[in-house]
Amino acid sequence: MSELTSRPTLAALSRALAAREVSSRELTAAALARIGAADKALNSFITVTPDLALAAADRADARLARGEGGPLTGIPFAHKDIFCTAGVRTTCGSKMLANFVSPYDATAVERLSQAGIVTVGKTNMDEFAMGSSNETSFFGPVRNPWDRDRSPGGSSGGSAAAVAAGLVPAATGTDTGGSIRQPAALVGITGFKPTYGRVSRYGMIAFASSLDQAGVLTLTAEDAALLLAAMAGFDPRDSTSADLPVPDYAAALGGSLAGKRIGIPKEFLDAGLEPASAAAIREALRVYERLGATLVDVTLPSLALSVPTYYIVAPAECSSNLSRFDGVRFGHRHEGATTLEELYKKSRGEGFGAEVQRRILTGTYVLSAGYYDAYYLKAQKARRLIANDFRRCFAGVDVIAGPTAPTPAFRLGEKVDDPVQMYLNDIYTIPVNLAGLPGMSVPCGFSGGLPVGLQLIGPHFGESALFNFAHLFQRETDWHTRVPPA
Amino acid sequence: MKLTRQNVEHIAHLARLEIGQAELDGVVEKLGRIVEFVDQLQSADTSAVEPMAHPMDMSQRLRADEVTETDHRDHYQQNSPAVADGLYTVPRVLE
Repeated sequence: MSELTSRPTLAALSRALAAREVSSRELTAAALARIGAADKALNSFITVTPDLALAAADRADARLARGEGGPLTGIPFAHKDIFCTAGVRTTCGSKMLANFVSPYDATAVERLSQAGIVTVGKTNMDEFAMGSSNETSFFGPVRNPWDRDRSPGGSSGGSAAAVAAGLVPAATGTDTGGSIRQPAALVGITGFKPTYGRVSRYGMIAFASSLDQAGVLTLTAEDAALLLAAMAGFDPRDSTSADLPVPDYAAALGGSLAGKRIGIPKEFLDAGLEPASAAAIREALRVYERLGATLVDVTLPSLALSVPTYYIVAPAECSSNLSRFDGVRFGHRHEGATTLEELYKKSRGEGFGAEVQRRILTGTYVLSAGYYDAYYLKAQKARRLIANDFRRCFAGVDVIAGPTAPTPAFRLGEKVDDPVQMYLNDIYTIPVNLAGLPGMSVPCGFSGGLPVGLQLIGPHFGESALFNFAHLFQRETDWHTRVPPA
Repeated sequence: MKLTRQNVEHIAHLARLEIGQAELDGVVEKLGRIVEFVDQLQSADTSAVEPMAHPMDMSQRLRADEVTETDHRDHYQQNSPAVADGLYTVPRVLE
């Protein structure tokens, strides 16, 4: 067990399980005990499922004893509460679904369960994944393990805090405008968002269907590669699932970076980026130069259009997707309505929080008669300008690198009254979703005692190269091993 | 365009969302800031650009018209706030 430090990686746990040095039941019981001890302060879980977890651990141990386990068999794990889990409450961080028990598993959940992973619970999140600070959750904000007065970011803030605090070695997240990468950066862990369509959206409660993508929050790039190998792949139940083979991501780790080219968008390091974060990013780029890569200046001239474009496209899609919550078939229902219209309006008015209501209203407005061309169609055109910027860049570089977030973790309450300031927090991550590209955040330093994330962006389906770029960086640096104070 | 209380009440009606009178001014103010922010896009030159609905410009895949789902009504209705005889119940619509 020498490898099992205070916050072991998924890969280290996997080796220990394979060598029968530890059982899944022991690891699972320990994870449940850590959650019991630490999560009152963090609020990273909405639901913990000890009985189901221990039963799954016993099945994993039996499978390992038969020699039939894989790299994920017996690993304690958590799912963001946006993923439907059969027989387990699935709230999406909302009062609307506070009592919803999913009748089925999301494809990503099903595939990880088949690989033998042990789900210990469901993590807290911004309501319907709409937020960048976890403060819009009906179940209260998550606290950043590095400083409990600060936000862990969002919307996958519960998964991020749980992994950073060592409660579980990894967790799922979803990323519509940065919701995996930004919280990973703010708590000092690795966050991976695959190419749009790489992981099935089936059973992942929809926010903005042309942007949503499932991914993972882990301690290392290697751990993310092991998880994505199990989650990715074609699914006929998702109409935009990519029908492409899944490469052996782990096999790509360790390849030389000699001759590789990294694009640095000049707009990413302009004013607006906090100075100590900028210094950490520049230092990370020097590590890549030492590894043999060449830094190339590139430009994303339409970058400034990204956030306004996103805040038309995403709310438009959200207002359509969330029309299913009507108080009739499932979810919150207002009692005592005398007309059907009153039932709809009051159920939705009571069931949705303020930020979700703002997005529904924005989306309804930009799609309404007389405004569709000026807003929605205009945004779809601007979206292509942003995607074209990336296409031009990737003609000459292997990956693009820059910051994940403009500042380290901000204080809870600091931005909650100013939606536009909150939206601008995602300036570096949103364009990646608009273009459908894979992106990740890896820890690359500290600013004022708080973690800073380096963002790496690849071309469509360029996951293997991203994993390798991040893996080699993590062999050269130890930022990803820094553990928050207990 | 500056949003008014009337605009927001109309949008909220279209979205079937009840906003309390006590909250309305705050909603008008915050929504106004969001609309002002996204209005920045109006200055972008998109004259020769095709709209983009899907990040890879993929079109919708079709499948064979075959039954793939079985009846799960009873199971699904366990999540419903109000059912009777296998039907979802709502306030009376027809007199």
